[in-house]
Amino acid sequence: MRVEGRGRIDRTRPVSFTFDGKTISGFAGDTVASALLARDIRLMARSFKYHRPRGPLTAGSEEPNALVQVGTGHAMIPNVRATVQEIHEGLTVNSQNRIGSLERDLMAVNDLFWPFLGAGFYYKTFMWPRRFWEGLYEPMIRRAAGLGRMTRGPNPEASERAFAHCDVLVIGGGPTGLMAALTAARAGADVILAEESAECGGRLLSDAEEIDGVEAEYWVEDMLAQLKETGRVRVMTRTTVTGVHDGLNFGALERVGQHLPHDPDTPRDCFWRIRAKSAVLAAGALERPIAFPMNDRPGIMLASAVRTYLNRYGVAPGRNLTVFATNDDAHRTAVEMQAAGMRVAAVIDSRTGVRKQGDYRLIEGGQVIDTKGRHGLRQITVRHGGRTDDIITDCLAMSGGWNPSVHLTCHLGARPVWDAARKAFLPAPDAVPGLFPAGACNGNYATAACLRDGHAAAAKALAMLGLKARKVEVSEALEDAGSVSTLWYVEGKGRAWLDFANDVTTKDVKLAAQEGFTSVEHMKRYTTQGMAPDQGKSSNIAALALLADATGRGIPETGTTTYRPPFIPVPIGAMAAGAEGKGFAPERRTTSDRALRDWGAPMIEAGLWYRPSYVPKPGETHWRQSCDREVRMVREAVGVVDVSTLGKIDIQGPDAAAFLDFVYCNTFSTLKPGRVRYGLMLREDGHVMDDGTTARLSDTHFVMTTTTAAAGQVMQHLEFVRQCLRPDLDVALISVTEQWAQFSVAGPQARALINSVLDEAIDDESFPFMACGPVRIHGIPGRLFRISFSGEHAYEIAIPARFGEALYRDLVARAETLGGGAYGMEALNVMRIEKGFITHAEIHGRVTADDVGFGRMVSGKKDCVGRAASLRPGLSGPEREQLVGLKPKSPETPLLAGAHLFREKDDAVRVNDQGYITSVAWSPTLETYLGLGFLLNGRARIGETVRMVDHLRKAETLCEVCDPVFFDPEGGRARG
Amino acid sequence: MAELIARSAFQGLLPLRFGNVEAVEVMAATITSVSPFRGQETKVSKALEKAVGVPFPDAGRVIARDDVRAIWTGMGQCFVLGADPGPLPGAAVTDQTDAWGALAIEGTDARAVLARLVPIDLRPDVFAVGHAARTLFGHMACVLTREAGDRYGIMVFRSMAGSAAHELEGAMRKVAARERLQ
Repeated sequence: MRVEGRGRIDRTRPVSFTFDGKTISGFAGDTVASALLARDIRLMARSFKYHRPRGPLTAGSEEPNALVQVGTGHAMIPNVRATVQEIHEGLTVNSQNRIGSLERDLMAVNDLFWPFLGAGFYYKTFMWPRRFWEGLYEPMIRRAAGLGRMTRGPNPEASERAFAHCDVLVIGGGPTGLMAALTAARAGADVILAEESAECGGRLLSDAEEIDGVEAEYWVEDMLAQLKETGRVRVMTRTTVTGVHDGLNFGALERVGQHLPHDPDTPRDCFWRIRAKSAVLAAGALERPIAFPMNDRPGIMLASAVRTYLNRYGVAPGRNLTVFATNDDAHRTAVEMQAAGMRVAAVIDSRTGVRKQGDYRLIEGGQVIDTKGRHGLRQITVRHGGRTDDIITDCLAMSGGWNPSVHLTCHLGARPVWDAARKAFLPAPDAVPGLFPAGACNGNYATAACLRDGHAAAAKALAMLGLKARKVEVSEALEDAGSVSTLWYVEGKGRAWLDFANDVTTKDVKLAAQEGFTSVEHMKRYTTQGMAPDQGKSSNIAALALLADATGRGIPETGTTTYRPPFIPVPIGAMAAGAEGKGFAPERRTTSDRALRDWGAPMIEAGLWYRPSYVPKPGETHWRQSCDREVRMVREAVGVVDVSTLGKIDIQGPDAAAFLDFVYCNTFSTLKPGRVRYGLMLREDGHVMDDGTTARLSDTHFVMTTTTAAAGQVMQHLEFVRQCLRPDLDVALISVTEQWAQFSVAGPQARALINSVLDEAIDDESFPFMACGPVRIHGIPGRLFRISFSGEHAYEIAIPARFGEALYRDLVARAETLGGGAYGMEALNVMRIEKGFITHAEIHGRVTADDVGFGRMVSGKKDCVGRAASLRPGLSGPEREQLVGLKPKSPETPLLAGAHLFREKDDAVRVNDQGYITSVAWSPTLETYLGLGFLLNGRARIGETVRMVDHLRKAETLCEVCDPVFFDPEGGRARG
Repeated sequence: MAELIARSAFQGLLPLRFGNVEAVEVMAATITSVSPFRGQETKVSKALEKAVGVPFPDAGRVIARDDVRAIWTGMGQCFVLGADPGPLPGAAVTDQTDAWGALAIEGTDARAVLARLVPIDLRPDVFAVGHAARTLFGHMACVLTREAGDRYGIMVFRSMAGSAAHELEGAMRKVAARERLQ
């Protein structure tokens, strides 16, 4: 019920939302859990395995029970903690993990079979028949086991990623964090203060406390004002630091729009990567539940959560409270609930000799041994002094003490250390270098100790930066956190839950110990304790304490499992924000892109680039029609294709020629200025890396071209050679791929077309095959290269990219008047196969220069990268598969790239494999299918018949082994 | 003689304006890379200053005089924007005018927009006016400069201008939406 006069919610702003279709109203500032509790709705979820009715155990992100799904359609997010999700107008919340209504979940039948559903149930039960596992058991179990439901479509609500940098990152905005942030900022450091909830203050907003004689919430306000005044503190609320990574890089998840009505531009959440020079961990502590029999009913929650609902949200989770505690601190819950006008039925303390803090019935040395109430707590049974009492209650606040939130200190591999005096695991010393734990997460619970510790930790963080902490007045606050004893579990009839999220009970841990899973890591995996989305935040310590008892060891000997990032569940969509779909990689568009799309050319990816597959003409319905036409067009008239995507590297310097001699296997120092040469580049291991042409513009200036796919790799390789292998050579490299739009003009009419755009016409004499030089194109300075990848008389013409689109459209229009036009990648590929030119289909990384027939290109007169390796036995010669051409015996039978080659009479099995096909095409010029491939000792087998077998596509045919150059083997067309 | 129409890298993609941030295309008359050969650094720097009025910048820095800027772009390499230094004895000089799409982003939240795309530390006193960096812009390599308090220059490969504008728009929209929440 709502309590007047308490809470930090805005009662002037009512907000309504729906829960399982029912409209619920709350106030701005409410969470789903607080708004539901205010309407006396305690049942919010069904448990994982037994489908037990559950309500919230906590009021924070550690919540194991109250998981709900939020949103509709593809924007639905499962497993959202109702204790974290703030309500907003239009919010749709549904309970999950049920069949039928939440009240009458059909899966609750599991609860009746609980004696059979213990640890290892699945391993023991679904063993036979074996073949049933994959088809039947696993899908069935998966169907029954998952918590939330996944949607299949992409989430229409976008996430965001961002980077932040600071000197000191303070994690947690409670008293410790506020003190640390102020200390750091006053000393001149840039501070980021990350606070998980909607506002700073931590427990000070939940507990009625005084600091410097005023209510603590006023002190928080004052501190925030002081932080603002420094101008150095960036307060990030609703931001959970999810992980510590190497070099003090932190991940953090900010809830940006989750608490607001949908707006298309507001990201749902933001995944921050925060780089800090030092950090203060002020993550606080989480209260421990007690594993007593039937401790999982809605209405049973942590004592600290009851105070949070009361003081922060103005909600009493019950009207008739009982408290079950092992410590003084939890007694405050009774005092505060009484002050709010609620009845306190009893405070049961497991200790004796306890001082009463108010006017309530105190049961000393008592334990709760049973509870009743199917959908919500009605009654508890207490055992004390040899007798048992039934007590009517609708809310039981339990507290087994506190567990410091050491999670982040474990992220780099350190394990927390048991502190016998504080009865808690504390951060290992120097667990994360540069991260200083302080306050409750460091085992200092009293507010005054938190303030001092926050100041001291900030001073250490500042010392790392070479800054000195100025004196900051530490406020006067509560000095005593009270005494505490441990009570991990209560023996009795019925199940006592340890891990509420994964339905792990004390019985399961005992069973694990009994069956030999005595290591804490084995126990965890056998019982699944701690493996739910909450990472066992409220159950790990109790489970290992129980395991310690069950195995007769102490807690330090038993040890603890560790915590890994992320601290809270992080949607993959947040970590990958912006990288979905086309955001995965940038698109590179050529200057001809717009024209080609205008003409309806299908664009295909080539690395990051987009290139036209073909350029269709009206009436063409199949790519082969367009492709065949384009090939004939180039062979008979002239064609234009954009080749700007090929890598272009400007190489200059006194040693440029020597450098090229070293990176290419053939020689470039002998190339005359104004000429182009084909070059083959090897990797250090003697295999072919890339090929291309390089033009010599002057004695000390070359332009290298690479293949489209390997442009980045070659640039990287050249830089490596320049900086590491041959620092003695004086040479400068820079990519000019993007500077020049470059078009290939090929065909018998190529020169006519080129001359129509040049200011000064060229002829065979001034511009022979493999010539290059500067030209003016419609008055614009450009470059011309007479090179051919089609076997035709061809040029590549280069112009500064801003003129690329205009020149391309102009060239194509002029080509059309000559009976030619634009062509695409398919036709380009057909023509290069007709000519036996290789691409990365052939130089795929496992072939050597000798394999592709270029063995003699590896110059014996000089050294080059890969030469030594290429000379090793086994990397050349007849024992290797060598490049050959292939023609089917019947010309119309397609060859298939990827198919394997066998001797005519051999069985088509692996041991008889003779090679494989890398490229195939229908040649409209020669009217037959053609293929390039690699065949064992292929060059010596020209004329032989081999069998192509494609086991995948179930095809086979006989082919003739040929020279790879099918068309114009003398090369007269290109030279002429 | 036909006249070829020039098209800029961000034509039709910029300007963009969301909230208090504006992104506009910046056209430098020329962009020229300068890489001094071994031992020629001082000589080249002097020659460069003589030719266009700015010397070779230190690593991570920009030197600007009037409309000419020299931006450090890597080990032993700078870009000269706004004036063509011509051939410089002792240095590799390469025309890069058409290789880059350049834009400027300006506004109170310009830094917040960049924090969505650029991983480096952009705190005002760390990446100060006159600083330059080769870093990432989304998934793209870029040259980043700080030109004034809330004004940054970004250069990306010309072919990636479409993706760059798209990424920028996404970040600008989200930052503007957050600003509206304040």
